[in-house]
Amino acid sequence: MEIGEFIQKFEAEFEDIPKGTVKPSTKISDIEGWGSMHALIVVALADTEYGVTIKGEELKKVQSVQELFDLITRKKAEQ
Amino acid sequence: MAFFSIENIAIKGIAAAVPKQELSNWDYDFLTEQERKMLIKTIGVEKRRVVKDTGVTTLDLGKAAAEKLLQETNTAKEDIQILVFVSQTPDYYLPASSIILQDRLGLSKTCMAFDINLGCSGYVYGLSAISSLMSISKIKKGLLITGDISSQGAPREDKSVYPLFGDAATATLIEYEEGHEKTNFSLQSNGAGYEAIIVREGGMRKPLTRESFDIVEKEKGISRAPRNLELNGMEVFNFSVTEVPKNVDEFFNLTHTNPDSYDYFVMHQANLLMNETIRKKLKFPAEKVPYTLSKYGNTSSASIPLTIVSELRNKVSAPLSFLLAGFGVGLSWGTVSLKTSNLVCPEIIEM
Repeated sequence: MEIGEFIQKFEAEFEDIPKGTVKPSTKISDIEGWGSMHALIVVALADTEYGVTIKGEELKKVQSVQELFDLITRKKAEQ
Repeated sequence: MAFFSIENIAIKGIAAAVPKQELSNWDYDFLTEQERKMLIKTIGVEKRRVVKDTGVTTLDLGKAAAEKLLQETNTAKEDIQILVFVSQTPDYYLPASSIILQDRLGLSKTCMAFDINLGCSGYVYGLSAISSLMSISKIKKGLLITGDISSQGAPREDKSVYPLFGDAATATLIEYEEGHEKTNFSLQSNGAGYEAIIVREGGMRKPLTRESFDIVEKEKGISRAPRNLELNGMEVFNFSVTEVPKNVDEFFNLTHTNPDSYDYFVMHQANLLMNETIRKKLKFPAEKVPYTLSKYGNTSSASIPLTIVSELRNKVSAPLSFLLAGFGVGLSWGTVSLKTSNLVCPEIIEM
């Protein structure tokens, strides 16, 4: 899995995030309007697209998009 | 594994009652407009019915639904010999609401009655209990009442609970019918997740104190008192999208069925993102999966029968094959398959 592809999927989930603005270094909490609904959508994305379960406390520790991608990749590898 | 089949039991009718008072999440100005839009799109709840200050309880809603159902199915009250009431918002700690309802409905004293303390899985569990008892005892007719007034436990300052729940109760008429096709159940529980949806204070573990009513900010947008309903959305989401498809897949194996075998898959109305994730995992086509989340929100154990009445009442005279799945607080979850024909579903009562 490539991070570019992941970012595309990530951006596709959110109408309110302009396409092409998310970078691996983007801090998730800095994304405008980011909230608990966005977090839930990320958990759903990880589940449906990658078959990975992300817990609430794991997601809280994640800072950047790169770290989120790494978390999903690591969990996927552990399966 | 709690998988079993029950013979000679048929559902004859379902009625639902909701409070008149309607709240719209578009007016929920505790959130910004952008947050509201995002919330409604994600959880799918636009409107909810709430009892608010009317004094109406789950028992009252259940009574109205039951009376309407008995009337529309021409059922004599003395023929009802079992009444099961499923709720987590009963009138009293004790006695059980089912017993009060026996009297309020004018049912015979020969009718057995008891409560079951379950929420979102309650309709499926309730059906399993009443169907089993009726199948063994050959009791001819029974009523299953399910519902909650969950809105009462949610302060406006808790965005994780307040916009989600609506109030409703339903009544289902069940009859002993020799030769009716088998009803299949698969029921599960996991108490390790008991804190995922919980009212922490007011029970015997933590009796009410003055502080139980103090609303405290837990995180931004989430303030509640210890006696209020607390919900860990992420945990419930992960539980539901993992365990429900697993349970239903196993159910398919055991019953040699698949999504094509059913006319409708009616899920507990939890939240749209969660339910759609489950639907897609199970590969059920959208047209077989009705929703009432936008109209009524999450109505706990009333959500499955309420959805049948609201969305399918014009289709239920035909023979239908249903798959129903309830899941949530406990954690508790279960699936049932059943067949109906000439199901009586009167219009939703508003009170």
